[in-house]
Amino acid sequence: MNIGDFGANVIDVTGLRRRYGPSGGGRKSKKGDAGYEAVRGIDFSVARGELFALLGTNGAGKTSTVELLEGLAAPTGGKVRVLGHDPYAERARVRPRVGVMLQEGGFPSDLTAAEAVRMWAGTTSGARPVDEALEMVGLTRRRDVRIKMLSGGERRRLDLAMATLGRPEVLFLDEPTTGLDTEARHATWELIRELRADGTTVVLTTHYLEEAEGLADRLAIMHRGRIATTGTVAEVVASHPAQISFELPDGFLAGDLPPFPELGVDGHETVGRTIRLLTSDLQRAATGVLLWARDKGIELQGLDARSASLEEAFLRIAKGLEDK
Amino acid sequence: MSVTDIGTRPAAAARTGTRDRLTALARAELTLLGRNKTTLFMALLMPLIMAFALHRAVAEMPLEKSGLSVGTALLPGTIGFVLVFAVYSTVTGALVTRREELVLKRLRCGELTDREILAGTALPTVLIGLVQCVLLVIVGGLALKVDLPRAPHLLLLGVLLGMVIVVAMAAASTAITKSAEAASLTTLPFVFISMAGSGMIAPLDIFPDRVAAVLELLPLSPVMGLVRDGWIGEGDLTDTLKRLVIALAWAGIAVFAVRRWFRWEPRH
Repeated sequence: MNIGDFGANVIDVTGLRRRYGPSGGGRKSKKGDAGYEAVRGIDFSVARGELFALLGTNGAGKTSTVELLEGLAAPTGGKVRVLGHDPYAERARVRPRVGVMLQEGGFPSDLTAAEAVRMWAGTTSGARPVDEALEMVGLTRRRDVRIKMLSGGERRRLDLAMATLGRPEVLFLDEPTTGLDTEARHATWELIRELRADGTTVVLTTHYLEEAEGLADRLAIMHRGRIATTGTVAEVVASHPAQISFELPDGFLAGDLPPFPELGVDGHETVGRTIRLLTSDLQRAATGVLLWARDKGIELQGLDARSASLEEAFLRIAKGLEDK
Repeated sequence: MSVTDIGTRPAAAARTGTRDRLTALARAELTLLGRNKTTLFMALLMPLIMAFALHRAVAEMPLEKSGLSVGTALLPGTIGFVLVFAVYSTVTGALVTRREELVLKRLRCGELTDREILAGTALPTVLIGLVQCVLLVIVGGLALKVDLPRAPHLLLLGVLLGMVIVVAMAAASTAITKSAEAASLTTLPFVFISMAGSGMIAPLDIFPDRVAAVLELLPLSPVMGLVRDGWIGEGDLTDTLKRLVIALAWAGIAVFAVRRWFRWEPRH
């Protein structure tokens, strides 16, 4: 029974944990070294046809998580289901239906691009023709070049060609555009959009916010092995305040501003002379501040008003300002 | 980038089978072997160089006791060199290189099973080794005036068991090998022990009986015994069974070691 095949969710993750053994694998470890827990109990699901992005700083646990989804390792705790199966224990059932792009290479450097794709095609159910795969990622003219001579970006594209070779139902992309130039990055985004439009479920990790904002239906921001926040881009952004910042003129203190509740300001931070007002009603707060400045006849240096953005949300989480 | 029909494939698409996957991987490995001139040179020529180097020494050995000629002492030994130099060392190097390049990790993301990955990586080397053995039997036999093996089934059994043991040993050896360069060092113990103690340089009969009895238990000793028996047509059923048991025990130990200690990714 492939229960997962009939449900809406292609991926289900509950209470997922991953601990790396004491340092150095089997080698002698320092006293009290119990290893490192990279994933500390996370839950999420991805619906069929959805593009789900895992965001996070380096070391947040993104790759550790994706490797569990890919079935490269068994979780230390919790449960993963991909297409209704355990991707580690039931590897043979899951693999023909998923495509994987690892964070780093994994190519024999002395093969040519075409030879590498041909090899992969021989091990992939329903693989598209080699030339078509190379054309998809714009590597046709580099087909007979040894992989060691390809640029980092070209290798990344070769990787994408191989991950999508079998027209997978589920695609795992671990930092697919790292090392790409702007043009190649846009071309890759276009390709990912087309795959998604054709119904492929995509799980993507990235530390480019623009990438997540532009591609993801839903995203989760990871921090220190946990999911700090999750939802659609709009939801994640909405849960964070907009802000107005400016330098307080000499002789003025924060208390000289109109009362915060009146401005619709929920909180503030001061760094040196710069004050930052946090608000969920940017227009009202900005109007209030500007009218106050006009009344007092002062010029607000470094004035900046901005809506909440994914970047802001991300930075606040990365700085550990939001502990959940 | 232009894209045509990139989407999810029809569910009816044929699944790959073990043979397709092994062939695809082995073909790529063969290409890589052909491009790695140093390794190829070592694999093809080392057994011959060793045989030439030993020719004179063997000619001076007291071979009467074992009833061997120079040819029947040297040719089985050379098959042993094929096993340790052409196959064992090469497969160890290939697996370590693929692991360090993250190729093994990538392969594990696909449809290949773990066994297929190991087998496919070793396959071209094993095939080359088998061809070398066939050439040794025919061309070596002509050159050293040795008749064709009298019990070819024993020879074949010995060579095949030998291949299984050295491939499993190679995979096990990668656990203590950090890089392709380090492989030339970490493979030495098995190579030396096999050469000196398993009757490759000299048949075990020339050792005192007690020493010989212990050396019989080394991983490639039963293999060398079977190969030699195959050539001169000796070996009763008891000997053959004893050798079979020792060889299979070593294959089992090596497979256990692989399951227990083989790493698919580099250490970080």
